[in-house]
This record gives sequence, C-alpha cells and structure tokens, in this order.
Amino acid sequence: MSEHDASQEVLRLQGLRKSYNVGKPTEVEVLHGLDLRLQRRDFAALVGASGSGKSTLLNLIGLLDRPTAGELFLLAEPTRSMDDARRTAVRGSAIGFVFQFHHLIQAFTTLENVLMPLMVATGKPTREQIERGRDLLAQVGLDGLEQRKPDQLSGGQQQRVAVARALVTHPALLLADEPTGNLDSKSATEVFQLFRNFNREFGCAVLLVTHDSRMSEQCDRTITLVDGNIESDA
Amino acid sequence: MPMWIEWTIATKFLHEGKVQSTLILVGIAVGVAVIVFLTALITGLQSNIINRTLGTQAHIKVQPTEERNRILPPATGSVQLVLEDKRAQRLRSINNWQQVRDVLDTLPRVTAVSPVISGPAFARRGEALQSVVLVGIDAPRYLRIIPIQKDIVAGVFRIAAGDAVIGKQLATDLGLRAGDKLRLDGGQQRESVVNVAGIFELGVRELDSRYVYLEMKQVQSLLNLPGAATIIDVTVDNIFDAQTVAARISRLTGLKAESWMETNAQLMNALRSQSLSTQMISAFVALSVALGIASVLSVSVVQRTREIGILRAMGTTRQQMLRVFLVQGALFGLAGSLLGGLAGYGLVGAFNTFGPKLFFIPVSPWLLVAAAGLAMVTGIISAAVPARRAASLDPVEAIRHV
Repeated sequence: MSEHDASQEVLRLQGLRKSYNVGKPTEVEVLHGLDLRLQRRDFAALVGASGSGKSTLLNLIGLLDRPTAGELFLLAEPTRSMDDARRTAVRGSAIGFVFQFHHLIQAFTTLENVLMPLMVATGKPTREQIERGRDLLAQVGLDGLEQRKPDQLSGGQQQRVAVARALVTHPALLLADEPTGNLDSKSATEVFQLFRNFNREFGCAVLLVTHDSRMSEQCDRTITLVDGNIESDA
Repeated sequence: MPMWIEWTIATKFLHEGKVQSTLILVGIAVGVAVIVFLTALITGLQSNIINRTLGTQAHIKVQPTEERNRILPPATGSVQLVLEDKRAQRLRSINNWQQVRDVLDTLPRVTAVSPVISGPAFARRGEALQSVVLVGIDAPRYLRIIPIQKDIVAGVFRIAAGDAVIGKQLATDLGLRAGDKLRLDGGQQRESVVNVAGIFELGVRELDSRYVYLEMKQVQSLLNLPGAATIIDVTVDNIFDAQTVAARISRLTGLKAESWMETNAQLMNALRSQSLSTQMISAFVALSVALGIASVLSVSVVQRTREIGILRAMGTTRQQMLRVFLVQGALFGLAGSLLGGLAGYGLVGAFNTFGPKLFFIPVSPWLLVAAAGLAMVTGIISAAVPARRAASLDPVEAIRHV
C-alpha cells in the first residue's frame, strides 16, 4: 500500500463498545457497538450533544483508552490485543492530537513543543527534523516565533503550534477535540483552514469533534453520535 | 546519547520550577554538608586518639601463657572437691623466643617484631628511691615500634652496655641529667650502676616516670633471667586487623597474644559508640533529605499531571516518564551533594584554621565521592514513588486534570 493510495483504510471500528465501572452496580455502557470506517483523505466531523460519547470515542480511537468489546483497526492493524508499549508507539507515530486547550508544555520553546513527538520517539532531533518543525511553524503562520515560550503567544497562536505538533510525525490520522472551541471566530476559521490544507496536502485523515455547526458543514462527512450510537453518517 | 529526552525533559522541568529546585537543593546541600563535616570530624578525632594511644604501645603483645595448677582428674566413679589457690605469676621467659621472633617476622601484615625483657626494679640516687620498669630492648627492632629517638629531650638515644635512656619525669624526680649515674636494683642484691645517656618525653606520664630502657643483657642479669625475653611486641600494617593477627599468632605459637583493642577495650568501646552515634545522625539526616526530595517530586507530579498526560498522548512511554522523574531525583542528589560537599569541605577548613586546633581533620576526596554517589542513589530511591505515580497516570485522566 502506498502512502498516496487514496482509498487506503486508516481506521475501522467493528462493534466497538465501551462501558465504565465494569462489574460494579454502577456499570454503564457509553458506546453501544459502533461500526465506522475512515479512509485516507477523509475529512469528517464528529458531532453530538454532551454526554453522547464523543470524547470517549475519540480517546478509544487515539489509543488512550481500551474498548470493552469489539475491535479497532488502525492502519488495518487490530489494536485491542496490543500491549501498552506498542499502543504508545503506534499512538506516537500514527496519530496526531489537537485538544480543545492547546496543551503545550510551558518548559519548552515553540519549536521544541512541535518536535516533542519526534524527540520522545527518537531522541535528539536531527537537522531534517528541525527543518520540518520550522517548515510546519511557517505553514501555520508562526515563522520567527520558534524560540518563544508558549505563554508568550496568543490563544490562537498556541493552538496553531499544537496543530503543527500534531502533524510533525506525518500521522495517518489527525484527531481534534473541539480544537476551536476556545478561540475567537477569526482564529477558529484560521485553525480550521489549517486542517483543511493539511488534509489535502498530506492526505491525512481528519476526525474533528465540534459543537459548531458552521464548522461541521464545511466537512466532507458528518458523523452524528446520539446516546452512544451513530445516528447518521453522511 | 541514551535517555536524551529524559534528561532534556527532567532538566527543563527542574529549570522551570526554579524556586522549588533551589530550595530543595539548599536543603540537600545542608544535609550533605552536615554529614561530610561530621564524618570528617569524627574520623579525624578518632584517628588522632588512636595515633596518640598507639604511638607509645605495640599493636600486639605476645606473652607466655599464665601458669596454672595442674589438678589430677578424679578417678572414675568418685567425686572430687577442690579448693584451689591460684598460682602467683612469676616473671618468665618466652620459650624459644628467638624462633618465635623469626616466625613472626615472616607473617603477612606484620610490620615489626621486637622481643623485650621487662620487669620491676628500683632506681636509686642517694636517698631517693623510685620504682621503675626495666625494659631491655633490641634497639633497632624496638625503634620500629616506638620511635623514642624522636622524643629525646636531653642527651642521645644510645642503648649499649652500661647505658640507659630514662623518662623525663623520672629524671626530674631523681634530679638526673644526661651523663649522670643511676643505680638500679633488681632485688636480691642484683644491682648495677648505669650511665644516663638520654632522657625522653613521650607525653604519657606512666612511661615518662617509670620506663628505663636498657640493653637486653643488662636487664636479663638484673632480673636473673639469663637469655630471656618476656614479651614480644608486634605491629601490623592495618591497626584494625590487630585482633585477627593476634588470634593467628596465638594459634600458631600457643602463646598469649593480646591486641591493642583488647588492652584498650574501654577506648575501643568509646570509639565504637562514637562511630555509631555519628552513623545514626548521618542516617537520619539522609532520611530527611530523602523525604524532602520525595515530597518535592510528589508535588511536582501533581503540578505537572496535565503535561505528563500530553507527553503520554504524544508517544512518551511509561518507562520514559518513570525515568524523567528518576533523573530529577538523581540530579537533585548529585547537585545537592556537590554543593554540600564543598560546604562541608569549607567547614572542615574553617575548623582546621579557626577552630581549637587540638587536632587536624583531614578530608579524603573519597569522602566527597562517596557522599556524591550516596546522595545520587538516595535521590533515585526517593524519586521512585513519585516517578511510579507519574508513570502510572492514565493519560485520559491526566489531560483533563486542571
């Protein structure tokens, strides 16, 4: 499978279930057997009311949490039986995260934050990697701010750094949890445009959790989650 | 470089939490300084005491075994009641002391062997009478055990027929100067007149007021023990091995061999208790330093919960997270102990320069190396609990942590 194969499957969910407090009287099932496929170049919005299970689903897809039943294939590889080290490795290399709050690490500069996923995987960054980090920062419109600390940037700038960080490993899948929820509308539009650009340019699949209908309307696909079931996918 | 990212994250975290890091570093440094200073002080003090004690005595004294009554065993089937008077211990020679001396010469760890004949006598000058200890020595051998020639205050150190070297106090008591004559009385009309060749002062009253050094032959005839040696003095290379070497000599020769540790049991006891209390203080200081490191890092794990979650989400493994905090502990220990070591060194220097100057404290560089190594290990151990907490954090929960 080549990287440019547009039909390549990035993510497949098969009867995915998630319960909390398993085995206790308070056991509650949050996701009731989801089936879903995401292809390379997909640009999908995940929408749903609070408590519908969006964040839970995103944590499962991001391998931050384990499903109770069902299987989750990432790049055609089943993930349920993976041990913790392997999950961490796959998470680091195949998935990029953007959170609602930027979640940069204050102790590091902007550029170091962008390079962090590479540094934790392979150690001291190479010149090519540093170059790529600078490129990405330039693409998100932050050239010249490489040596700033995160608290010296505006909220929109910080979120753009987080986007650059999510993309530095060439992930197959970019997960964004309300990435614009904390931004003013101008910054929000800019960040959204970045996702669009990278989706076209690098062909990475994007799954975007959002409350904002203007944003979900601009996505190619909208997956609607209601009470732990996929109600519509169009 | 292995663990590059762990070092990088650890140092950045420490740098970011400057105030915390500085406070705990000062805490560790104070603890290490106390340990270094105390250890150096006690070690210096003890070696000083031991040197003073052993400067005027052999490490091991080999003597004939005590004389005992031989009691006939009872006939079978009968009971024996024994009323026994212990025998008086007369002055006796070590049998075949020349051979014993030669055997001891070949023993490993033995540095000097000196046969001595020693017994009581009176020193007389005019009407004045003093009880003294006659010590007949083989001068070249004896000087390797107690270098009296360094402590001669008048005359010269010369042990030859008719020459004696006496202590300063005795010289004062009898009004003697170097070159004067002295009459020695070994009892039972065995008398001789000797020439005072030199006067020594060892600084130990007992020796300075009672010891009269003579040639062996002269003492043998004064004590009526021709050809005898009553004691063989032995020194060893490491004074704390004296006990083992003494036991070996005793097994080998069948003679009584007493080490300086037995002779000075009180002193040894005092030194041991002193060492023990030093170790206790050091252990408790180290414990509080360790708890300090542990608590600072525990707080840091809580403060950085969200950042730990982000790092985990970006592919940092549990092991890496664990090591980030272990490295912080190790760095605290290392940096703190270097600062503390220097401070301790300074304290010792100040003590040597401005202190009471009763004795000099040497600081071995190994003490600093040991302190640094120990502090680093302590740092790593104290970081273990917080590091495990950091590694076991659930990334989902951690990221939501505010």
